[in-house]
Amino acid sequence: MSKTPSAKGLKTSVGDRVAGLPKPVKIGLWVAVALLAYALPLLEPPFISPPGTDFGGVLFTVTIYCLVALGLNIVVGYAGLLDLGYVGFYAVGAYTAAILTSFHANWPLLLAIPVAVLASTISGVLLGAPTLRVRGDYLAIVTLGFGEIIRLIAVNTEWMGDARGISNIGRPPGFALFEIPHLNWDSGTPLLDFNDTTTFITFGVLDQIPFYWMGLTVVIIVLFADILVKDSRVGRAWEATREDEDVAELMGVPTFRFKLLAFASGAFIGGLAGSLYASRQSFINPLSFLLLYSILFLAAVVIGGQGNRWGVLVGAFLVAYLPERFREFADFRVLAFGAALMLLAVFRPEGLLPPRRTVRAKQAEAEIEALEEGTDGEETSRV
Amino acid sequence: MSDDKTNATNATSARRRVLEIDALTLQFGGLTALDEVTFHIEEGEILGLIGPNGAGKTTCFNAITGIYRPTSGDIRFHGDSISGRKRFEITRLGIARTFQNIRLFRSMTALENVLVGADAQHSTGIASALFRLPKHRREEREGRDTAMELLRFMGLAHRADELAANLSYGDQRRLEIARAMATGPKLICLDEPAAGFNPAEKAQLMDLIRRVRDQGYTVLLIEHDMRLVMGVTDRIVVLEFGRKIAEGSPSEIRENPAVVAAYLGVDEEDAS
Repeated sequence: MSKTPSAKGLKTSVGDRVAGLPKPVKIGLWVAVALLAYALPLLEPPFISPPGTDFGGVLFTVTIYCLVALGLNIVVGYAGLLDLGYVGFYAVGAYTAAILTSFHANWPLLLAIPVAVLASTISGVLLGAPTLRVRGDYLAIVTLGFGEIIRLIAVNTEWMGDARGISNIGRPPGFALFEIPHLNWDSGTPLLDFNDTTTFITFGVLDQIPFYWMGLTVVIIVLFADILVKDSRVGRAWEATREDEDVAELMGVPTFRFKLLAFASGAFIGGLAGSLYASRQSFINPLSFLLLYSILFLAAVVIGGQGNRWGVLVGAFLVAYLPERFREFADFRVLAFGAALMLLAVFRPEGLLPPRRTVRAKQAEAEIEALEEGTDGEETSRV
Repeated sequence: MSDDKTNATNATSARRRVLEIDALTLQFGGLTALDEVTFHIEEGEILGLIGPNGAGKTTCFNAITGIYRPTSGDIRFHGDSISGRKRFEITRLGIARTFQNIRLFRSMTALENVLVGADAQHSTGIASALFRLPKHRREEREGRDTAMELLRFMGLAHRADELAANLSYGDQRRLEIARAMATGPKLICLDEPAAGFNPAEKAQLMDLIRRVRDQGYTVLLIEHDMRLVMGVTDRIVVLEFGRKIAEGSPSEIRENPAVVAAYLGVDEEDAS
């Protein structure tokens, strides 16, 4: 317990230092981080790269969890609506893509994805319109039911491939431009390995790195959208609704409309993630959409720190990556989650990276005195 | 914008009625919380709504702001009936309120709290926000200007980036008033704004309420503290057990035997 304040102080000071940098430097820093993320599966850094599995595939899974976590964060973190059936939207997206590209039609994937996203958004609105009138625990139960209903429909409907599932789901179109060699660390120093290359850009079965690049690109786009929407009337309305729904309504926020919007936005991103997942997997069946996944998605958001987009990305990374990295202990995954959640509840009840303002609030309590003196300077600096 | 309002108030010597409460009755099961209450508020005045605990003052507020639907009777705002309208619509029409127990958006900053209020008159949706359309930019700029102006007016500008939860009690009360003013109201309903204040703070608040009125707002004030009410209001309506027992200027109310009886607990026969 005694360690927490110092760790917190360090984290914010790093954050503040980044925030204090001039804008071009900041942009350069982010571009460098993004490039590193793109290059990660080619670099195959030792220890980080999981042994015995395809690093690209693992990283793709991470991007899908990141997408899902960003989407669920809008619903749970921003608008404060506890959704235990998020996998339902994910399933709607995946099944729509699967049915359109393989099972009942032969659409190209890039055409099927918008339809899949539309379908999951509509399912979000259809689920939200009647159920968002109930609050808290009741909403959690209703959404829990929704997730299961979608899965059971898939199991029992021949038109959706029932329990056998759907195979040969479409892949994104590729065009082989050039080969990119991976790094090989076997000798202890990094060497370019021209026998192990990734084609830019072919979405194959064996090499999943192009899928990861696609997933990462989508995550970055969604992240930008998240930032833009959060910092607007819409984001404020969500937060106000989460803080106190009655007061928000009395301050002129049409709360029901904004809750529905949060639900639809979440469903949009969930459907997008589901359709990408189906395409990479090439085969889906109802077992891919168990209740357990809703719980895992929620765990990613809660572990990371609901309400903070960077926190939930970290949470998603941990939830998706650690079990793959330590496959030999994969049987203990649920045990490890249980233990991790308990430890979090005790030591960091707001998640690993709670919203910065929550951290700041704690700090500010100590600094209130100092703030009260520096009146005019503060005012002019922020206007 | 406040200048326009002040001019308008000065120009119309014959005051218009902002709010009319007409035979308002509210029943919860067998309990009659408000019984045929009738009063009105004129433009630019400060009307005090007083009464002993449980008299129905806050219930009356809740009916005006749309939380409760009247059992019978009518509430008219600028001549149009607002009973049965949605709460956020009533706010957009121009009635804002504060709460007896402070209810800020605690994990949002002071500025954001006021911005939520300012957003009441805005219509930026997800598309405008996502693509940073001109509408978003304009409304965001206007909102920020209004919000900072109000925070300065309330003496909170230096705490704009502070979380609402971290503000002192008095600052929180003032922030609630700023948030209400940001919604662009004609009528502001203050529900016991001086609760928990010491006499010095109460005096400051009285001054503040007068300045709010001078900006062109009409104020409806619920208050327990008789000195505050007498000092600041133009007219007073007294409720007791859900019924209106008196209405008039502060001096008239002070002399009114029914009011004295209600507050001092004297039997009405003795008092009259």
